[in-house]
This record gives sequence, structure tokens and C-alpha cells, in this order.
Amino acid sequence: MDDLIADFVAECREMLEALGGEIVAWEAEPDDRARLDSIFRFVHTVKGNCGFFEFPRLEALSHAAEDALADVRAGRRHPDGNLVSAVLAIIDRIAEMISAIEAGEEMPAGDDSSLIDSLAPGAEGVAAPVAVAVADGQGRASAPRTIRLSVELLDRVMSTVSDMVLARNELARRLRESPTDVPVDGAFERLSAIIADMRDAITRTRMQRIENLFVGLPRMVRDLSAELGKQVLVDIEGGDVELDREMIEMIRDPLTHIIRNAVDHGIEKPAERLKAGKREIGILAVSARQSGNQILIDIHDDGRGIDGKRLVDKAVSAGILEKGDAAQLSPREQLALIFEAGLSTAKEVTSISGRGVGMDVVRSNIERIGGIVEVDSRLGEGTRMTLRVPLTLTIIPALTVSIDGQHFAIPRSAIEEIVRANGESVTLEHLGGAGVATIRGRRVPEVSLAEILGINSAIEERDRTLIVLRPAGGDVYALSVDRIHDHEELVVKPAAPAVMATGLYAGTTLADDGSPILLFDPAGLAQVGGIKLEAQERSARIADGPAAAVSKATAVLLFRALDGSRRALRLAVVDRIEEVAVSTVKDAAGQLRVQLGEAILPLAGAVGAPLGDGKVRLFRLNDGAHEIGYAFAEVIDFATVDNDIIHAERPGEVSGVSLINGEPAELVDAHWLFANHVGAARAAEPMVCRLPSDDPWMQNMLRPIVEAAGYRVVGDEHEGDADLVIAAQGAEVPGEAMKNTIWLRAEPDAAGKKDDSIYRYDRAGLLMALKTAGAGRGK
Amino acid sequence: MNELLLVVTIAGERVALAAAAVESVVELDALTPVPRAAPHVAGLSALRSRVLTVIDCKRSLELGDSDCSDGIREAAVVEFDGHHYALIVDLVEDVVEALSEPAPVRAAMGAGWERVAQGMVDTETGPLLLVDVAALIAGTAEAKAA
Repeated sequence: MDDLIADFVAECREMLEALGGEIVAWEAEPDDRARLDSIFRFVHTVKGNCGFFEFPRLEALSHAAEDALADVRAGRRHPDGNLVSAVLAIIDRIAEMISAIEAGEEMPAGDDSSLIDSLAPGAEGVAAPVAVAVADGQGRASAPRTIRLSVELLDRVMSTVSDMVLARNELARRLRESPTDVPVDGAFERLSAIIADMRDAITRTRMQRIENLFVGLPRMVRDLSAELGKQVLVDIEGGDVELDREMIEMIRDPLTHIIRNAVDHGIEKPAERLKAGKREIGILAVSARQSGNQILIDIHDDGRGIDGKRLVDKAVSAGILEKGDAAQLSPREQLALIFEAGLSTAKEVTSISGRGVGMDVVRSNIERIGGIVEVDSRLGEGTRMTLRVPLTLTIIPALTVSIDGQHFAIPRSAIEEIVRANGESVTLEHLGGAGVATIRGRRVPEVSLAEILGINSAIEERDRTLIVLRPAGGDVYALSVDRIHDHEELVVKPAAPAVMATGLYAGTTLADDGSPILLFDPAGLAQVGGIKLEAQERSARIADGPAAAVSKATAVLLFRALDGSRRALRLAVVDRIEEVAVSTVKDAAGQLRVQLGEAILPLAGAVGAPLGDGKVRLFRLNDGAHEIGYAFAEVIDFATVDNDIIHAERPGEVSGVSLINGEPAELVDAHWLFANHVGAARAAEPMVCRLPSDDPWMQNMLRPIVEAAGYRVVGDEHEGDADLVIAAQGAEVPGEAMKNTIWLRAEPDAAGKKDDSIYRYDRAGLLMALKTAGAGRGK
Repeated sequence: MNELLLVVTIAGERVALAAAAVESVVELDALTPVPRAAPHVAGLSALRSRVLTVIDCKRSLELGDSDCSDGIREAAVVEFDGHHYALIVDLVEDVVEALSEPAPVRAAMGAGWERVAQGMVDTETGPLLLVDVAALIAGTAEAKAA
């Protein structure tokens, strides 16, 4: 949280600095639309962020300023001097508060209503700003041990290091040519190692795993959905994709905007979802992957989708679109209207989103870094936003291959497998000139790299190597190359337009010996090679998940329990995942319970396993009426159960075992969990059952069953009446309790006809008796 | 101050490039071919850890191939639109001062020259054809597209 606040402060400071000039310019020229927009964006960002951090004063201020500016932007109001001064006063106040937050001080006390009131049309000038004491320069918390560097400087360092590598290579060549002493060689080796280390470090200064961007999302979504009364499960994938640091920063805001929109407008409230035949919990899938020379970030929600027609109507009424043109828009173009400034389908303005900033800002931010935003949506089924950002300066793991002596690189992310053309499991055939490779029974189209490139290869087709490639969003195909060389991590730069125009390449890079290497774009190769790629719906798994669950396979969440066993829980009962401090887990009122905010939930999954210290993660399970927690160690995957389930012999936490993803997993019986943990807890006035305190079997084995059946168990020393007594056959029971006694016998067979005792391992009989006794009291 | 011009020979003809556009003059040795690229893209080369896209000016002018048999070619390095290019020329001569603004050439030139010519400039060594670097880089692709 502190990190987030620090980020927020840093962001605001940067924006404030950048805004400094704009504010003055706007004051001089209130009609300047560009200045207005940037000030508007600032207050919008502050407002959005404040929502998470509970800075009510900041939020109120920025919200008020945003309202006023929105009116100006929409042309409902003319920016007069008063308004300008009022907005400026608010921005000053925001800056003061941010300084206070940065210094770690309490939010200074003060009243902002006069500032806010002064925004109202026709308000008298600005009230003199209430002085807020800001300890500037003194008493500030010690700064973290980081400095901000300009990316240009890093670029320069990186390019110098690259030059150094080349110089080293040259030196190495020279050294090889002339006889040298061993000490010289030794010193050179050391220099080489140092240079390699340095190059590595410098490269890393610019690269960041996209995880850094994703790590805050679950929390953000959780807070947002809680605020909106929605249930959203976040599914994040591809956090290990590396991206230029600057790029990550550029994507952060757009991504946040898109996710806010998805939760706010996309995903419906639980009741609405149920009505629409969806699961209560919305799924928000965020994934990153590398595709050719781009990084793709997909944000997919299974919410209500975007109504293209309504967008068109809005655009027409807002004057963005001519009526005549509107009729000719394709569905895709209709959706693209959400990127128009000042257009929003949200019916009401919330504190989260819905002013039609957002998407136009998102687009301009992404386009500024040479990326593209795409939107795809089906009404009622969901929306997918795809951010495509260029790979400039991203490091790609690649495989180098050669054909006729020339080296090329193929991004490793697209490579599915590598087989030899003359291998046992591979056959190559030509049908009407087209190559078809059969690899272990799977037919894939085959193209020869030599043919695509128009190079003559001296190597026989049989002796080549096949690389099975799966381009982004496409089907697999096999590419035959002469030789495979090495795996390398390459820093890829875009190639000149004349080279990119071939459609074959994703960029260029320098090999370790300093010679240029071309990096292929697998999708481009397939296209030039004439392979028909059938676009695959990547999100099929997510979008079709709930439907599939109904039809045959059961969607489950595969996880590792605290005791290390591999278990699965039906996805439908998992509400969300929480992480809590171990200290919130207490053994209270007969069972483990965990405190989650205001609620105390029974906690399962933690019995007999050490919780450790620090944090424990748990599933929040929901049966529609009650909630329980289930502690676990880690989530493994989403999966479906399509194999046979071997049922457990007796009911318990685990209802059976089945092969999931090739390994056995225990299926957790959610019904049993609720029956055990909620049933007992819910009885308003639990019935009392007396068990002999001195009988270990009764206490250890029987007691849980009795408790599960909804009884409060007491011992012999209990003074009051018991609704039920359980006793071993032959034990002494006080006369008045005789009629409410269940007798247990140790032998399976009854002693005679009159023997109404129950065999102590006859679980069904016992439960029946317990139930009957309970019902008897009810009358 | 008058503009400086780099005098080079392309296809046996002395022409001028705007010297401001030229970063350096290099001798290229190894070239990495770019299969399937436009014919005037001779390949890629590396210069101080930057990738240069090598343009064969002769082919860009559709006047035949540069003779690459001797292995070493002189080239002018230019930056255009964020990318670095090396323009292969027959010979780099000298830097001279332009004595006039470019004036249109009214006589008929070859089609290739017509496309890249920015005009005629006077220099101390006589009139020279001023060649547009961007047009050289664009090569025939632009001509075809038009």
C-alpha cells in the first residue's frame, strides 16, 4: 500500500510539474482546449486514484474541479476568470495535500467547501486560500535509495556498452591472430566477463517484468468491485513477459483505465448476471504475451459488452458523427467510437469512471508509444480490449537458425517444438506442391524457409530440421530450416521500413559477433509462405468456461492445500481469493475462524496443518447464503474435470479423486464443507448433546459428527438439560434422560431384537438417529 | 552561409548530397542480405552497434547493380525517419560549397534520376545534380506505388 501511495505521489508530482506551465497558459487563455484537457486529465487522475487511498478531501476537491471542467469541455459553461481562479486554487490545494502525504504527515485539517463552492457558476471570486502549513524541505521522511534517471541517459549507456562489446570482439579477433602470453589472455578473459556482466546489468535497468504492472491489479479490482457491489475474479497470465520500463510506465494508466471500465461498466451486478444466465462472479482476465514484434495485453471481461448501436446514437447526438455516416459503420467501427473524446455510454457518472475521458486518453497514450488499442465486444457476452505495444528495446529469447549459411532468429515464444525431418515420428508429404508434415499423427502444413526467402539450400529436404511454430492467434505450421544454432537473448530494434515491408521480419538485432541478424515474424512467414491461418479465439477458454461447466466438464480451481496435497475445488463455489494475516485466524467457538473485514467466517482447510506466520491465503467460498474460508498454499491452475472421479468411501472434506491435467487431485467436497462448518454455526439455539467426557472415542471420533449435525456437545459435568444423550451400551444414564438417549454398541451385530442400539461405525444410522432426535425436539 | 554538399559518384555520374544529412562516410565490408526485400536494399551492416540498412544507390536508380566483387564499398551514412542507412556509392569525392539554390533541370534525365533529383546546384567544380536522400532510400517501391 505504501508503495502504491508513493507511486501515486510521484505521479501527481510529475503531473503537477508538467502542469505548472499549462496552468499559467490556461489562465491567460481560458479557451485553449489543449490546456483545458490536460488540466482535466490531472484532476481526473487524482480523483480516480483517491478512490483507492481514502483521501476524501482530495477526492472531493478533484471531483468538484472535474465536474466544473467537464461542463466546460462539453460547452455547457464558458470558462470565465472566476472559474479559472477557482480551479487553480484547487490545484494548489491538491499540491499542498500531496506534499503532506509525501511527508507522511496527517492530512492537514481544513475545510475545502469554500473552494468547492467557488466553482459554482456565478460564485464570487475565490475565498482567500486557507493557509495549510506544509513543512517544505524540513522534517521530510528520508528519501528511498533510488534516483530517477532519464531514459535517454540509459540509452546512451546501453549503446556505449554495446560498442564496448564490439570493441572486445575485435580485440578478441586480434588476440587470436597474434601469439599472446597467458597473462594477457587471462586479463582479457576477465575483461570479457566484466563486460558481459555489465551489459547484462545495463540491459536490465531498462527491462521490467510486466508483473510489476500486474501486481496491483487484484487489489484494485477487489476494492473496486467491493465498492460497486460486484464480484470479480481476476485471472492474470503472462507476468513474466519483459517490457521496457518506460513502456510499462506508459501502459500503466491506460491499463488502469480499461480495468476500471471493465469492472464498472462491463461486469454486471451478481443479480443481473444470474438473470442473464451467467455465473455470479465475473471473470476479468488480464494476460500479456509476446507476438512477433509486439507485446499484446488482453483485458477480457465476461460482462455485458458494449452496445455498438447505442454508441452510434450517442455519437450522433454529441455531434461527433454525421447521421449519414453512422449508418455505414461496420460493427467494428461502431465499437471504435468509444475512443472518441467526450463519449461515454455510462448512464451515470460515478467516482470510478464514466465521463468519456479514459478511452480517448487511453488511445492517445498508447498511440504515443507506437501501439494500438483494439476493442472487440459482444453484447451480453463480454468485452475484450487488446493493447498492442511495440517491442522496441524489449529483449526476446530467440532461436537462431541458418539457411545457406545466413543466420536468422525466430522468437522462442512462437516455437512449439523442434523435430528432425527424418525423425521416426515425422513424415513429409507433398500434396499438389504444398508440404504437409505429419508429426506424431498430427498433420501440420509445412513450408520451407528456403522457398519463402527465395534462397537455394544445399541441404536435402530430408536432412533439414522442422520448427513447429504457433504464431499469435493462429494455427501451427512447420518451418523447415537448414540448421538450428543457438538460443540467444536478443535486443531487438525495429528495422527500416524497406525491410519491414517484406512482412517477414519483426526487427533486427546484433549477434554477439556484431553482425546484424534479422528476426522473423512467425505470422508473417506463414502469410508469405501461403499458409492459411485460422484465427483462433484465444479467449475461448474463458468465454466458454461457464457454459462448458453446465454441459459436461466441471471447471475447477486446482490448488495446493496447506498440507501439500493437490486438490481441486469447483470454480463456481469460489467467490474470490483473499490474503490475510495469520493473526486473524483464531480457534473460536469450536472451530477455526478467520476474520475478513467485518465478517468472521469459519475456516476450513487449515486443520492439522501449520499456518506458518505472516500471511495465509484463502478461498472465500459462497453457497449463496453462507460463506466460509478455505485456506490453501497456492493456486496451481484452472482446469476441468473430465476424467472419472473415484469417490471416497465415506463423506469428508475430500469427496473423491480424479486425474486432472495428468496428475491425481483430490476433489474438495464443498457441500460437506458447508454442511460441517456452517450447519453447526447457523443453528440459532443449538441443541445440546451430552457425551461422556471420559470416553476418548466419543470425544475424538463421534463428537465431530454430532457437532456437524448441529448439536452443541457438553460433558457429564454439564448442569443443565441435554436434548440428547449419547452413551455406550451398558453405561449408566440418569432416568429422565433415558428417552432421549442414543445407545452405541461396539459390535456390528445387534444383540437381539430388543436391542435398539446403533453400531458405533454405522454412520448412516447414527446420523439418522441424530436427526430424528433433533426433529423430536422441534415438535 | 551556403549549404555544404558531399560530392559522390553514382553510376559514373558526379552528384551532390546535402552534407548536413550525412553523418559519416564508411567503408562497408560484410553485408547481411535481406531476402525478399526490395531490390535496392543491399542488406544490413553494423556500425558501432547500430544496424545500418544498406541501400544500393545504383539499383535504387534502376541503373544496374553496384560492383561488389572487390568486397569493400564506400557508403554515406544517413539518418532518415529514425533509421540509419548506408548509401552505397561508387566513390566519395569531396565536400564543396553550394553556390546557388537548386534550380530545376529542364532537360530530360533518366527515369531514375528524375525521381531523386532535387535540382541543379552550381559549385566551384561546375553544376551538380542535387540528389534527395529520402528518394534514394524509398527506391523504386514508391515509384511503383505511385
